[in-house]
Amino acid sequence: MTEKGIAIIEAKEVEKFYKQPDGSRIQVIAPTNLKIYPNQILALLGPSGCGKSTLLRMLVGLEIPSAGEIYWHGHPIDHQKPNAAVVFQSFALFPWLTVLENVEAPLLARGINSVERHKRALKILDIVGLDGFEMAYPKELSGGMKQRVGFARALVVEPEVLFMDEPFSALDVLTAENLRKELLDLWLKRKIPTRTIFIVTHNIEEAVFLADRIVVLGKNPAYIRVDIDINLPRPRNRNSEEFIEMVDYIYKVLTKPDEELETEAYTIKEKKAKHIMLPHARPGGIAGLLEILSDRGGKDDLYHLADELMMEIDDLLPIVDAASLLGFVKVDEGDIELTLQGETFVKSDILERKKIFRESALENIPLLRQIESSLRTKSDRKLPEEFFLDILEEHFSEEEASRQLNTAIHWGRYAEIFDYDGQSQCLFLTEL
Amino acid sequence: MLHGKSKLIFSERKFSLLSDFIILLSTIAVIYGVITAISPWFGPVEEKAEISLSPEVLPIYAGYSLLRMAIAYLLSFLFAIVYGYIAAYYARAERVMLPILDILQSIPVLSFLPGVMLAMVALFPTKQVGVELGSILLIFTGQVWNMAFSFYSSLKSIPKELREVTEVYNFSRWLRFRYLELPYSTIGLVWNSMMSVAGGWFFLMACEMFTLGEKDFRLLGLGSYLQKAADEGDVTAILWGLGTMITVIVILDLLLWRPLIAWSDKFKLEQVESEIKPRSKILNLIRRSSIIDRVSKNLLHPLNEKITLLLSRRNSADRKKPSLIRKRIVENLYFALALAFVVYGLWLTIRLFSGLSSDEILMLIQGALATFLRVLAALLIGLAWTVPVGVWIGLRPKVARFAQPIVQVVASIPATALFPVVLLFLIHWGGGLSIGAIALMLLGTQWYILFNVIAGAMSIPNDLREASAVFKFSFINRWRLLILPAIFPYLVTGMVTAVGGAWNASIVAEYFSFKNETLSTIGLGAIINRSSSEGNMELLFASTLVMASVVVLINRTVWRRLYKLASTKFKMES
Repeated sequence: MTEKGIAIIEAKEVEKFYKQPDGSRIQVIAPTNLKIYPNQILALLGPSGCGKSTLLRMLVGLEIPSAGEIYWHGHPIDHQKPNAAVVFQSFALFPWLTVLENVEAPLLARGINSVERHKRALKILDIVGLDGFEMAYPKELSGGMKQRVGFARALVVEPEVLFMDEPFSALDVLTAENLRKELLDLWLKRKIPTRTIFIVTHNIEEAVFLADRIVVLGKNPAYIRVDIDINLPRPRNRNSEEFIEMVDYIYKVLTKPDEELETEAYTIKEKKAKHIMLPHARPGGIAGLLEILSDRGGKDDLYHLADELMMEIDDLLPIVDAASLLGFVKVDEGDIELTLQGETFVKSDILERKKIFRESALENIPLLRQIESSLRTKSDRKLPEEFFLDILEEHFSEEEASRQLNTAIHWGRYAEIFDYDGQSQCLFLTEL
Repeated sequence: MLHGKSKLIFSERKFSLLSDFIILLSTIAVIYGVITAISPWFGPVEEKAEISLSPEVLPIYAGYSLLRMAIAYLLSFLFAIVYGYIAAYYARAERVMLPILDILQSIPVLSFLPGVMLAMVALFPTKQVGVELGSILLIFTGQVWNMAFSFYSSLKSIPKELREVTEVYNFSRWLRFRYLELPYSTIGLVWNSMMSVAGGWFFLMACEMFTLGEKDFRLLGLGSYLQKAADEGDVTAILWGLGTMITVIVILDLLLWRPLIAWSDKFKLEQVESEIKPRSKILNLIRRSSIIDRVSKNLLHPLNEKITLLLSRRNSADRKKPSLIRKRIVENLYFALALAFVVYGLWLTIRLFSGLSSDEILMLIQGALATFLRVLAALLIGLAWTVPVGVWIGLRPKVARFAQPIVQVVASIPATALFPVVLLFLIHWGGGLSIGAIALMLLGTQWYILFNVIAGAMSIPNDLREASAVFKFSFINRWRLLILPAIFPYLVTGMVTAVGGAWNASIVAEYFSFKNETLSTIGLGAIINRSSSEGNMELLFASTLVMASVVVLINRTVWRRLYKLASTKFKMES
C-alpha cells in the first residue's frame, strides 16, 4: 500500500479487549495501526464477527479503544467532534419521522435554521433520486429506497469521511448492485463533496469493485493480514481478467491459514491455540457441500463455487473450514478438492455417514474428543453444560463460548457421540 | 359530477367548522372548570366538608375527582421521565434506583398516606391546598412506578444503531429526547398510563376520604361520594355513584385513550406497515381541525424550533465532549448520598422492629399468612374460570372481536366501587369479610388474566391448530400439548399483574367501613389500613415493610423464573 498525502485519520496501536472477572482479557482487536488518506475508497474485509464493525466504530468515535489512540488530522479524537457520517446496515432511520425530517435531523443538530435545512435536504434528496418522497415515512419505502434515505442523511452534512457499515447487505442482489453503481458514480463525477469513503463489507466482489485500497482482517483477535492498493482502471468490469484475478487473490488470502501469509502487519504467532475453533457450520451443510463437489468431479475453484451457489463468502467459508477440519476436503490456493475420505462419505448411506463423521470428528476435533472423554469419566455419563462453558470461556468470549458449545452439540448429535437435554441443560453420552 | 364534488368539499368544510367549534368550546369549558375548581384551594381549610348524596352534585364531584387525577397523572408523567432517564443513563444510580423502584411498586397506596398528608398539611397549615395536594400525591403514588419502569426499560432497549445515529451527528440531549427517546417510549408509556389511571380509580375512594389519628379528612369528589354512600348503606346513592364513574370511564376511553392509542401507532418500530391499525374518529376530528392546526403551526412549531436550535447551537459550540471524569465524580457523589440514605433507612428499620411487642410481631406474621392465602385463593379462582373462558373466546375470532371491548369496559369498573354492593349480598348470604376480601381481590384482578388469556389464545398459529386437528388430539392432549404451552407466556404476564393487584387490593378489602361500622378481618392489609388511620406509624411502617418484602420475595423467586421460562422455552418463534 502506498502513502497518499497526509492521513486524515490515523489509528495508532488501537486495540479492543474485554476484561474478565478473573483478571484475564479477551482480545477482540490486536494492537492495530491504520492510516486513512483523502481521495480514496477504502474497503475493510474480513470474516464475520472478526471485529470489522468495532474498528469502524472506533475510527468514528462511537466506541472507545481499550488502548491506543485514534487521531483525526493529528489530534486525538476525544478532543473533537469529527465531521463524519455513517451509513448503517439496518438503515437506522427514525420510523416516526418523514424522509425529509430524517434527512434534516443532522442539520438540526448543528443548529441550522429551517430554511437552510430545507434547501440542503431537498438538494441531497434530489441527488440520491428521492424527490417526490419527502413526505413519506420510512415504512412506506422499499429496502433500497430506505438506504437511499440513509445515504441522503449521511451526505447532507457533507462529511469529510463517509463510513459505511455493510450498507448493501440487507438489500437484494439487484437493488444492491444498482445502488452501489449510483454511489460510485456520484463519487467519481464529484457530485458529492465527500472524497473519502470507508466501507466495511464481507463481499469480496463489492470490495474489489468499489475500492482503491482493501484491508483484510484476520480474526481472533482481529489484525491486519493484507493491505493492498487496487489499481484496476475504472469503470471496472466484473468479467475482466484482472478483476477476476484480484477477487481470486483475495479469496486465497481469506482461506489461507495464518502462518503461510506474509504481511507487513501484525500477526500473532506466540501460541498456536490448543483449542481449534469450531467453524459454525451444520453437519447438513457440510454434507451438502461434499455432494456438490462430488457432482463437479471432486474439485472446484472456491470463488467460482460461491458464485454459482449465490452464497456470500461469509456463509460458505465456515462450511469449507468445517469440511477441511474433518479431513473431507483439502483447500489449496483457493481451490477445494474432495479427499478420499470425503468421497467415501458422499457414497455412503445415512447411517454409514454418521459413522464416518463420528470417527473423523473424534480424531480431528479436540473439543468433541474432550467432551466425550469428560462424559465418560462420570458414572452417569452426564455433565451440565456450564462445565463445558467454563472451559470454553477460558479461550473465548462468553458469547463465542456458547456458540462454540452450540455447534459442538449439533455435531455431537449428528455423529451420535453425545446428546443434550434442554430441560436439565446437561450433555450426556448416547451409547447404551 | 362537478356538482357532486363541490357538494363534498362544502360538507367537509362544514364538518371542519363544526369540529373547530366543538374543540374551541370544550377548551374554554375545561379552562373555566379548572379555574373554578382550583380557586377554593387557596382559601382556608374546609373542616369536615359536607358531602351531599343527591345525584345532582355528581357531575361536579366527578369533575373534582378528574382534576385531581389529571394533576396526579401529570406529576407521575414528569417524575417517570426524570427517574427513568437518570436510572437509564447513570450506571451507578441504576444499581440503587431499580431495586428502590421494585420496592416502591410493592408498597400499597395507603402506606404513604400519613407521611404524605402530614407533610402537606405542615406545608400549608391554613390553606385547603395542603389537603388537596395530599390527596393528589396519594393518587400519584399509585400511578407513577410502573410508568417510570416503562420509560426506563424503553430507554434501555433502544436499538444500538439508532442511538449511534444521535451520537455520530452530535444530537443535543434535547434533540435526542425529542427524536429518539420519547417517540421510542411512547407506546409503552401510553399503555402504562392507561393502567395507572385505572389504578387511580381503584384507590380513589381511599384517596379522597380518610382518617388520620384524630383528624378526619374528606374532599368533595366521586370517591368520597361512593365512600359516604357505602358508610350509610344508601344503595340508590351507591348505584348513582357507580353509574357516574362508569360513564366517566367510558367517556375517557372514547375521548382520550382510543385517540391516544391510534396516534401512538406511528411510533411502532416496524419496517413494513401493518395491515390492521387502531383507528379513532376523535383523532381524525382533531387532526382535521383547523384551529389546532393553526395553533401548532403558529405557536408550538416555531417555539419548538427555537428551543431546539438554541440547544443544538449550544451543544455544537461546545467542541469538547463531556468529560468522563466529571461525570464519574457526580455519579460517585450521588452514589454516596444514596448509600447514606439506605444505611439510615436500615438503622431506622432495626430500631423500629426492636420497638415492636412480640404480640405485634406475631400479628404481622399471622396477617401476612392470611393475606397470602387470600391472594392465592383469588388467583386460583380467577384462573379456574378465566382460562377456559378466555381460550374459548380467543379461539373464535368473531366472538373475540365482539367480546373484547365488553370485557374491557367491565374490567375498567373499579372493584372498590362495586364492593359495597357485593358486601350487601355477602352479609345477606352469611359470608363474612374474610370471604368478601377474596371476592374483592378477584373482582379487581381476574380481568388481567382474562385479557391475557384471550390474547394468548388468539395468537396460537393456525397451522398448529390444524396439526392438532389432523392428528386427532384428544381433549386432554390438545390442552396439554397445544393450548397451555401456547398461552403460557401470556398467562404469566396476566398472573403477575393480577397477584400484584391482589396484594394491593387487600388493603381496602380487609378493612372496610360500611353502614357506619368498620368491618375488619385478620390480614396484612387490614393492619396497614388500621395503623394508617390510627396514625400508628411504627406498626404502619413495619407492616408495609413486611408486605413489600413478601411481594418482592415472591417476584424474585417465583415470577422471575416463570418469566424466564416463558421467554425461552415457551416463546413462539417465527
